[in-house]
Amino acid sequence: MATTHTEITIKKSKLRKRVAPKYDKAAALFLLPWLIGLVGLTIGPMIASFYLSFTHFNLLQDPKWAGLSNYKQILTADEYFTTSLRVTAIYVVSSVPFRLAFALFVALLLNRKIKGIGIYRAAYYIPSLMGGSIAISIMWRNIFGETGLVNKALHVFGIHGSAWLGDPHYALYVISLLSVWQFGSTMVIFLAGLQQIPESYYDASAIDGASKLQQFFKITIPMLSPVIFFNLIMAVIEGFMQFTQAFVITNGGPINSTLLFALYLYQKAFTDFQMGYASALAWLLLILVGILTALLFITSKFWVHYESGEE
Amino acid sequence: MMMAYPHTRRWTRGVLHLFLILFGLLMLYPIIWMAFSSFKPESEIFSSQLLPTHWMISQYTKGWSALPEINFGTMFRNSIFISFISVIGSLFTSSLTSFAFARLKFPFKKTLFAILMVTMMLPAQVTLIPQYIIFHKLNWINTYYPLTIPSFIGASPFFTFLSIQFIRGIPKDLDEAAKIDGCNMFQIYWRIILPLTKPALVTVSIFSFYWSWNDFFGQLVYLNSPSKYTIALGLQNFLDQQGQSQWGQMFAMSVLSLIPVFIVFLFFQKHLTRGIATSGLKG
Repeated sequence: MATTHTEITIKKSKLRKRVAPKYDKAAALFLLPWLIGLVGLTIGPMIASFYLSFTHFNLLQDPKWAGLSNYKQILTADEYFTTSLRVTAIYVVSSVPFRLAFALFVALLLNRKIKGIGIYRAAYYIPSLMGGSIAISIMWRNIFGETGLVNKALHVFGIHGSAWLGDPHYALYVISLLSVWQFGSTMVIFLAGLQQIPESYYDASAIDGASKLQQFFKITIPMLSPVIFFNLIMAVIEGFMQFTQAFVITNGGPINSTLLFALYLYQKAFTDFQMGYASALAWLLLILVGILTALLFITSKFWVHYESGEE
Repeated sequence: MMMAYPHTRRWTRGVLHLFLILFGLLMLYPIIWMAFSSFKPESEIFSSQLLPTHWMISQYTKGWSALPEINFGTMFRNSIFISFISVIGSLFTSSLTSFAFARLKFPFKKTLFAILMVTMMLPAQVTLIPQYIIFHKLNWINTYYPLTIPSFIGASPFFTFLSIQFIRGIPKDLDEAAKIDGCNMFQIYWRIILPLTKPALVTVSIFSFYWSWNDFFGQLVYLNSPSKYTIALGLQNFLDQQGQSQWGQMFAMSVLSLIPVFIVFLFFQKHLTRGIATSGLKG
């Protein structure tokens, strides 16, 4: 038989493979920088911060063991902690859904073959690119001032605007709005997701007489649900870590109405130098974000559809 | 899925264009307005007019040296330096690490990959304080080391993830052929994979440039003497010191700080959107 020879060589090479070392020794070298960072920048610091959260530590003297007192203080006697949690929750709830909805809306508009579509996509992406910078925070602070651009525009419609950033009822929403305005990267991910949906689904349903609205709810949303889920998780985590905008635009004020959690933690660590206390705050943040992510994953079973076979 | 509407009448398409243009302008209006306002005298900034009545560049010249200890030129240089080193560092680790994950066999590979994924979602605050203490012990506070060195040891797992995804898409036949020709793993990496991952490397460069250019938190924590200031810190201090009275100068410097962001965007827009689409990087 003509194949015998090749069969033998295949067997031989399989044998050789089994005898040869299973692992690539070179991997250690390729992975070394990352492993150093993993231990030195992530795992080590996590252990250290866990330890520090049980101590009083001001950076100058050695940490003093304090047992559970930091956690006890935070959970029972720290009104700023409760305030910052409430503020962060409102921030996340008032920005994330709108950002996702808005990003999806624009992505649907831009998911067509029309002239200049590339330019539109690029233009709608710009705010997201620049939004995280100090420059934009400065601009935001100016346009939402009492005599700023926003009130000038409202005046045209006969609305007398408030001093948005000076008013504890509105200041946080001004910062939420900045997050919604930065919808670009979320939109690009949605666009990529929309392009994965086979056109035949729409054609088939159109033949069956489905309306555009039915197609949206029965095809687009279910097919896009993994992408929606990904965007949701990332936006929530990002929301809990938001710092720069609240720091530059309002610095937590007025009356702590924009005291986001990350901002409070920064103040504890780098203004009051209560490193132990701030570490405890950080661990509570981690636990909170962890629980929230886990909850989102659990609910995802009911609304996220993964196509069988793929992924 | 691309919706092509062969039967769409011309006017519906026209309406769509009109809507997209108007809506886009509305969204970009604040930035456009700030750019024009930076050429206005202070008294005109709060007028409702978009264009300056007479153009002036004195907001730029005054703003340039508005801070007593340092001018914006030096801050630009500092920001560019930090961004440049961070880009090199990110390229270095993301490329090495991703090659190992995508092509090599090593123990605990699955576990390590899971750890990589988890570190992408880990809130930075959890490691912030011990990192600060480490850098403090190393006498690195008020230097650029804490802002650059971490990028060489994989501080941004997103980049590694992006490169892994990319290398997985490269057919393995090429490596196999090279292996038969007697190449070792380093040669395969250097001669085959590295040149082929150029698009991923470009994407990593762009994003690591953006992240370190727009970074504020790290610079706020680690730099404290004005001579070390970056653009972001300079703008923040400008706002703190002269705050509400010098909006024109502040706008002028803000516009300057956005120009590199815009230029990179113009040149690499395709790489950018592809990077976001394939790995969920945020801009």
